[in-house]
Amino acid sequence: MSGPGADGAPVRVEMPFHLRTLARVDGPVTLRVPGPVTIGAVLDALEEAYPVLRGTIRDHGTLERRAFLRFFVAGRDVSLEPPDTPLPEAVARGEEPFLVVGALAGG
Amino acid sequence: MSGVRVLVGTKKGAFILSADGKRTGWDVSGPLFGGWEIYHLKGSPADPDRLYTSQSSGWFGQIIQRSSDGGETWETPGGEKMPDFSEGMPSGISNRFVYDTSEETGKPLTTHKWYDGTDHPWEFKRVWHLEPSLDDPDEVWAGVEDAALFRSTDGARSWQEVAGLRGHEGGSQWNPGAGGLCLHTILLDPTDPDRIYTAISAAGAFRTDDGGRSWRPINRGLKSPYLPDPEAEIGHCVHRIAMHPSRPGVLYMQKHWDVMRSDDAGDSWREVSGNLPSDFGFPIQVHAHEPETIYVVPIKSDSEHYPPEGKLRVYRSRTGGDEWEALTEGLPQQDCYVNVLRDAMAADALDPCGVYFGTSGGHVYASRDSGDRWEPIVRNLPPVLSVEVQTLP
Repeated sequence: MSGPGADGAPVRVEMPFHLRTLARVDGPVTLRVPGPVTIGAVLDALEEAYPVLRGTIRDHGTLERRAFLRFFVAGRDVSLEPPDTPLPEAVARGEEPFLVVGALAGG
Repeated sequence: MSGVRVLVGTKKGAFILSADGKRTGWDVSGPLFGGWEIYHLKGSPADPDRLYTSQSSGWFGQIIQRSSDGGETWETPGGEKMPDFSEGMPSGISNRFVYDTSEETGKPLTTHKWYDGTDHPWEFKRVWHLEPSLDDPDEVWAGVEDAALFRSTDGARSWQEVAGLRGHEGGSQWNPGAGGLCLHTILLDPTDPDRIYTAISAAGAFRTDDGGRSWRPINRGLKSPYLPDPEAEIGHCVHRIAMHPSRPGVLYMQKHWDVMRSDDAGDSWREVSGNLPSDFGFPIQVHAHEPETIYVVPIKSDSEHYPPEGKLRVYRSRTGGDEWEALTEGLPQQDCYVNVLRDAMAADALDPCGVYFGTSGGHVYASRDSGDRWEPIVRNLPPVLSVEVQTLP
């Protein structure tokens, strides 16, 4: 089984305050993502390393993104991209973070 | 010396207020889970150090927190970070609430009614109420929105729907109240483990006599003018039900409008609003030692969620309803426009009985003498969603 510490791309993930608190981390986390670095693979690795985050970013069953969260990479909003969308090389090399962002609803 | 622990859920975190048996000096701990909505937290009657909390957010969904040391430390059951994954993923997921639509245990019920009467899919939103078992710290019941009852027997590590309630033949006809389609009240009969009462806004009250396998509505006698049939079997916006453990067949209800009483385990109800200035309100509470002494907080109307005349008054009946007296000493009697929500009132088991409630203005008021005099034991918290009290040995 793959997981933290296994070989893979060192993807950096940045999360909003409340998810960092839940995961008990105080900054970006670096994950080893085995295989092709896609949106789904990054989220799989994140939830594998921090099981408490399951259900908070995407639905347990459908794995659909929660409505008030967005995903950004390298200045691009990939929230609506399919989970198997490959992410840029800069993300796979850990140079650019995968951002989980709380969408603003209201003003 | 005995003591009390007041568990307060707010719009922006949880707080724990502690005092010794004199109940004069209060230690305020919190906010716990700061910034999250805490709909409810409650302690196990079987182990006062075991606490369960419903933590939720519109952004991040539902989290269940558990403490085994009276709230000093918390964990998310099933969400522990594993040292490695050689033994696989954790088996439980404490925030996974999946509606049971299997033919074997429930029915493939996929829709309920929406506000406009159209069919709407069941969607889990949050846990409104957690009711720990009376005798097993690892067993806990959860009332959720969209309305359903869930049960955990492994300390909230995993949840299974008690499908017979939602699968009830009227379930597809349930419709939400103003606060959503929520199951907010769970009463466990201390004399009969197979008997449980629940209440749902805006479906009504329900009872099982076989441990949750089958349920039936218990709403005879309720009248709701906003329904096409005011005396319909379901559709009533029940705000809260309360019972005294020594007389579990006697139930008190604060309905959307009307304060009601049943002397036959909910088979029939009669109105006991009596001389209340308004019979709209949310909480209803029974005195710890006097089964005929009950408390409500009248609110002006369903369109104006604040006390009549700007006076925050608890009303007490020592006759099980009908005759009510205003309790005002220590409570603001002018320019007060707060609300007190359905899960935000509780009583301790000391003598004399302590009564507590929290307001949308962030005050928690307490009375050490069964309601005669009140004082705020904490001020200016975020809006209070729930108040529970533990009486500690």
